[in-house]
Amino acid sequence: MLDVIREPWPWYVAGVLIGLTVPALLLLGNKSFGISSSLRHICAACLPAGIPFFQYNWRKEVWNLFFVAGVALGGIVATQVLRNPASVRVAEPTTQALQELGIAVDGKLMPTSIFSLETLFTAKGLVFFVIGGFLIGFGTRYAGGCTSGHAIMGLSTLQWSSLVATCCFMAGGFAMVHVIFPWLMPLLF
Amino acid sequence: MLHTTHDEFIDTALKPEACDAPNDLRTREAGFAANVKYLVVGMLFGIVFVKAEIVSWYRIQEMFRLHSFHMYGVIGTAVLTGALSVWIIKRFRLKTLQGEAVVFHDKTFHWGNVIGGVLFGLGWAITGACPGPLFAQIGSGFVVVIVTLLSAIAGTWVYGLLRERLPH
Repeated sequence: MLDVIREPWPWYVAGVLIGLTVPALLLLGNKSFGISSSLRHICAACLPAGIPFFQYNWRKEVWNLFFVAGVALGGIVATQVLRNPASVRVAEPTTQALQELGIAVDGKLMPTSIFSLETLFTAKGLVFFVIGGFLIGFGTRYAGGCTSGHAIMGLSTLQWSSLVATCCFMAGGFAMVHVIFPWLMPLLF
Repeated sequence: MLHTTHDEFIDTALKPEACDAPNDLRTREAGFAANVKYLVVGMLFGIVFVKAEIVSWYRIQEMFRLHSFHMYGVIGTAVLTGALSVWIIKRFRLKTLQGEAVVFHDKTFHWGNVIGGVLFGLGWAITGACPGPLFAQIGSGFVVVIVTLLSAIAGTWVYGLLRERLPH
């Protein structure tokens, strides 16, 4: 049984479990699912700086911070307790495309040639952590939600604006991988 | 007249109190004991994220290169499950644990959905993470992602600072 849990979970199991987060949060305490809001609550709690957007009672939304702390904890449990000893398999054409860009597929969850402390103070670090992170925080708040708030909660409640936002998330991702990566990556690798 | 309507519309979409993932519970929940259940749900969610490799940078690359069905399957199934659950909650008027009626919110379209959406998409492809997976990546031992998270918080802060000057 534990072996089955240790192997990578198929998409239909993961999809159902993630979808069930929506009713779980609603029925446990009338909470609308959305993760990027946690970033706003952290701003409101730590550095509101008199900005009107951060003047609200973040303590009422503290459940969201408990939720994301749980997500980090879940990452620890999944890696330490339910660890899959086999290496992560990546689709052959993706492996090839990444190798052409100079990114080695190493069987880990994330490429260690990028996501390690050694790259932090390099050009790679600036692109993958600083710029990438900034785009996530700025973009999700500007869009009014992320993959959870728009793509899952928004589409589940049939919100037209969430469909638009989700299509734009995908458009941005495709543009990065197919238009920007081919000229940006040779500068970094 | 048209202008007033537009301004009012922007105002309801963007008023500072408006939260995108609001807490609609009237019963007061204070302290660790009341909130720990959300930590547990988050933990299960984080385990799924890692075990289904949704937090993997490679899986996001496969998705945007159309080389794997995995992520489309995950998101599609999640939406179907969510939609079915919402339908059941509405149809049978299910109540929360505290006995309150479940509250749903309509999201109003504004141009931030488009501009912000594209910007987030660019960041998603670079980092291989949306906000949820960021926390799970840190938990799985990629501590350097703490920098990405701090930068995401900074991005949110800068949005708050510039919000009134940005087109919506």
